[in-house]
Amino acid sequence: MQILTASLSEIAQAVRSRKVSAREVVLAHLAQIEKCNPRLNAFITINHAAEKQALELDERIAKGLEAGPLAGVPVAIKDQICTRGIKTTAASKMLHNFIPPYSATLVEKLEQAGAVIIGKTNQDEFAMGSSTETSAYGLARNPWNSDYVPGGSSGGSAVAVAGGMSPAAIGTDTGGSIRQPASFCGIVGIKPTYGRVSRYGVIAFASSLDQAGPMTRTVLDAAIVLENISGLDAKDSTSANQHVPAWSRSLNKSLKGLRVGLPKEYFATELGSETRKVIEGAIDILRLSGAELTEISLPLTQMAVPVYYLVATSEASSNLARYDGVRYGYRANFSEMPAEDLAEFYCRSRGEAFGVEVKRRIILGTYALSSGYYEDYYKKASQVRRLLRDQYVEAFKKCDVLLGPVTTTPAFKIGCKSTDPVEMYLNDIYTTSANLTGIPGISIPGGFAANGMPIGVQILGGHFQEQLLFNVGAVLEEALSLKEFPNVL
Amino acid sequence: MISEQEVARVAYLARLSLSPEESKSLSIQLSHILEHFEKVQGVDTSGVAPLITPTEIEPHWRDDRVEPEGNATTALANAPEAMGNLFKVPPVVG
Repeated sequence: MQILTASLSEIAQAVRSRKVSAREVVLAHLAQIEKCNPRLNAFITINHAAEKQALELDERIAKGLEAGPLAGVPVAIKDQICTRGIKTTAASKMLHNFIPPYSATLVEKLEQAGAVIIGKTNQDEFAMGSSTETSAYGLARNPWNSDYVPGGSSGGSAVAVAGGMSPAAIGTDTGGSIRQPASFCGIVGIKPTYGRVSRYGVIAFASSLDQAGPMTRTVLDAAIVLENISGLDAKDSTSANQHVPAWSRSLNKSLKGLRVGLPKEYFATELGSETRKVIEGAIDILRLSGAELTEISLPLTQMAVPVYYLVATSEASSNLARYDGVRYGYRANFSEMPAEDLAEFYCRSRGEAFGVEVKRRIILGTYALSSGYYEDYYKKASQVRRLLRDQYVEAFKKCDVLLGPVTTTPAFKIGCKSTDPVEMYLNDIYTTSANLTGIPGISIPGGFAANGMPIGVQILGGHFQEQLLFNVGAVLEEALSLKEFPNVL
Repeated sequence: MISEQEVARVAYLARLSLSPEESKSLSIQLSHILEHFEKVQGVDTSGVAPLITPTEIEPHWRDDRVEPEGNATTALANAPEAMGNLFKVPPVVG
């Protein structure tokens, strides 16, 4: 077994049957991180206890004890997610020295399933960005070509998986932050239905939009990870009291009669020609597999980006109010120049610790919620949000899944969009609707552009219909049979 | 158009200090962003209730029971400054 390119199900099986030790698996990945991370900057922190944890697992297995479905599988965790005893920064100077006293529920579930947390991945600061260029710890680079962005905000997680530094990673997706970097790096990434995965311990950006989910190299691996982190959690009142199916064991590759909707707004003029070609290739595969394709219309799609940015920044301005420099996080130095009043104490600490994109969004959100503007911005956006959700709910009466692009173009070059926020925000045109409406969405590798950069295909489903996304994803994966790896592998 | 003064007012509401350069560029950028977002105003939303959470399922509640969750030492471990069992903050003049 080639450890660095093996799927996580192969790794878990080999570890359980003692064909390879969990320690060997962890050491191989740590060596790959050591080799690639100086250039790609996928990780902010390495878990130095990983080897020891793997050893303990090997001892359990040697004693014949149950090791779990993810036995010995390294998993990289986005730095937006709390890990007890391991520094968690959200890629912000604000949390430069924050060591959480507890782990997110999803991290506990991974560890109970036998996974080994290998490290914490780079991202846009507080998950605000689409390119991993806003990290306070330096930008991350795309393993297919390091002049290009890996996407974001879960860019480090995507780089870790695509670059063989971890067979699986967890990202968070507030407006596309799992699916877009998965697409840019040629891996699988799923944003589950809102409420599927507990948000307890996931640092809040926009609470009505945030969902964590897996990023892996295969559809089966994504299903295995998701079924191990989903479920009702007493610590998150918005987690859903819904049965968690064994998706990985119910993969059904027969698409006969499956109704696939093609929203015409996802194929309008802004869609780049190379991406269009890849999506059309996927459509052909589904047609040949017996799916019924129909064009549908979701006219409010053009409102998704403005609605998303008004809602997300409003929620962010409220969520990030907790960073006050009193109980944890960054505090400005007041020894030489004391604060005039309490407001200045807060203003200076926050002004010094937050990066420019975070400041931009806090101010936009505060403005959208402030007296005199609330009705026109936050409230209006929330009303349009309901209309948008109604359109999607209607669409899923006529279709089982929707198919379209993840982004208009493949990965762009580092630096080329970072000076124009509107240009960067428009990058999220096809991904934000899933967050606003709460539906699940998956990005599947669909092909490559002429310059060698990967292009993903997006499948959207109705609430709690993850199984259909995995089924369609598995059919595309098998038919396309893309076997290329970046040359760091 | 959002003036630099307006940016400064909102930044104060958000307890965020900005440099003069930051205020200036944010004034230009936020004006540009809101101009782009203006199209939302054209959607007829009369009688539509705002959607504030996407799935609108009944939240579930846990029992109101105290469970041990660390102690003062763990709570203070990340404090910028602490003294005994207390968070310590610098004196504020005003």
